[in-house]
Amino acid sequence: MKRIYVKEEWCLGCHLCEYNCAFANSGMTDMVKALRGKTIYPRIQVEQDENGITYAVSCRHCKDPICVKSCIAGALSKKDGVIEIDHSKCVGCLTCVLVCPYGAVIEDGSGVAQKCELCMKNNCGAPACVKGCPNGAIVYEDRGEAE
Amino acid sequence: MKKYVIIGNGVAAAGCIEGIRSVDPEGSITVISAEQHPVYCRPLISYYLEQKTDLQRMHYRAESFYADHGAEVLYGRTATEINADTKQIVLDNGDSIAYDALCCCTGSSPFVPPMQGLDTVDNKFSFMTIDDTLALEQAVTPESRVLIIGAGLIGLKCAEGLHSRVKSITVCDLAPRVLSSILDDKCAAMMQKHLEKNGIDFILGTSAKEFCGSHAVMQNGTEVDFDVLVLAVGVRANTAIVKNAGGNVNRGIVVDDACRTSLADIYAAGDCTEYHDISSDTVKVMALMPNAYMQGHTAGVNMAGGEAAFDNAIPMNSIGFFGFHCHTAGSQPEGCEMYEETDENHIRRLFVKDDKLTGFMLLGHMHRTGIYTALIRNQTPLSSVDFARLKIEPQLAAMGNAYRDKVLKGAV
Repeated sequence: MKRIYVKEEWCLGCHLCEYNCAFANSGMTDMVKALRGKTIYPRIQVEQDENGITYAVSCRHCKDPICVKSCIAGALSKKDGVIEIDHSKCVGCLTCVLVCPYGAVIEDGSGVAQKCELCMKNNCGAPACVKGCPNGAIVYEDRGEAE
Repeated sequence: MKKYVIIGNGVAAAGCIEGIRSVDPEGSITVISAEQHPVYCRPLISYYLEQKTDLQRMHYRAESFYADHGAEVLYGRTATEINADTKQIVLDNGDSIAYDALCCCTGSSPFVPPMQGLDTVDNKFSFMTIDDTLALEQAVTPESRVLIIGAGLIGLKCAEGLHSRVKSITVCDLAPRVLSSILDDKCAAMMQKHLEKNGIDFILGTSAKEFCGSHAVMQNGTEVDFDVLVLAVGVRANTAIVKNAGGNVNRGIVVDDACRTSLADIYAAGDCTEYHDISSDTVKVMALMPNAYMQGHTAGVNMAGGEAAFDNAIPMNSIGFFGFHCHTAGSQPEGCEMYEETDENHIRRLFVKDDKLTGFMLLGHMHRTGIYTALIRNQTPLSSVDFARLKIEPQLAAMGNAYRDKVLKGAV
């Protein structure tokens, strides 16, 4: 299946992926209106290591996802390789934040959980972080790995 | 075709069904459900009272779950006996059901210690099931004064759920602090302060001595008038059916990493079991929903002839009240060191022993906590990561290049 992979050697640490993610999931059509003056809660996080190397972390859509197994609301599920969250069922207990080994499930600022759904539920059509990365440091491709 | 029987219809049972079907698409699955409801999210009953969810959304799985998995549910039935020799169970209506592999997901029941005059109280409730919750909802009015016995997870979630629907809530507990099973004094004090700010009153360090109608007297002499009483002292694992069949039982049904009981072809999963906590290297009852699912799934795979182990269990809790959260995991073994960072609105306490993170308590700021949880679960040597950075913030950057490459450049 297609997955998001990171090429840290190309990452500039510009954090654009975080803004593109927040915008893509804002439901708005104007990026400035969507983001200006607001704290963003992106589903992708740029990290920096001790050598100054940067890279973005988002949901790995694990083969054996502990977040899905741990969800106390039955809100997380895996369909066709994509781990989705049913926001109508999530009550904001944040157990998924407690168990995700990669820190990829994030509280959304209003008290409930959110995570990368590969931009399949918004109007983007393809992951916004990948499309918007100015240096090709995040790719979305099929490397023949199992779901 | 193999015959699978599951006693119980909670989340462990759902995990078991999914585990079985991941290996065996054919065998018959029969589920014995004492409750009249399809599997639902038990911890959501407080969110129901709070009107953050409803009965429909509380379903753990889609309406077609049992049909999709070829499972037959016998609602309103309980199993009264297991005959491990003939491999049959007996139901409360006298029917017998044969099994090739059996999983006991019998859960736990509220434990009510003897209290004088409890039988004189009309409006008293447990808080474990949908039916408890609907009955409690019927009993409260905006004028109700509610007394909750038990300041643990169940009692306090009940308090939060009822908060906007009643006049007052008093919570009493024998322990000197709230959430005594998961928080230490300092963390509990911060949580208690937050709960008090939201209008919950506490009487701690004492227990109810006597009830008379709608009047309670505590051991320390405090008197409370109430309209509705909720009993949330604790729970006990439902072990009797396995014990009576000759299986090993302590505080919970004894299971191994494969979720096998001591009896051939009989498995157990969920709140009825006790099992190994790797963070403290002790065996305990960990009545936790994520673990229940993982045990159930493990049992199911093994029942169907596959191979699975749940060999990295730890206690863990994510719980919040009125917008203030805490995350706890693992344990604080004797002789552990504590790293602490704190200010007025948050606490971060990490417990370390023998080069391993054994546990943590975090209050107020829940961001990427699972990175810590994984350190406990994987028993990662702290000398192999940059723990100084991790203390400041959970991050993959501190986990070393090899780990990072594995996670971000491959499928995990």
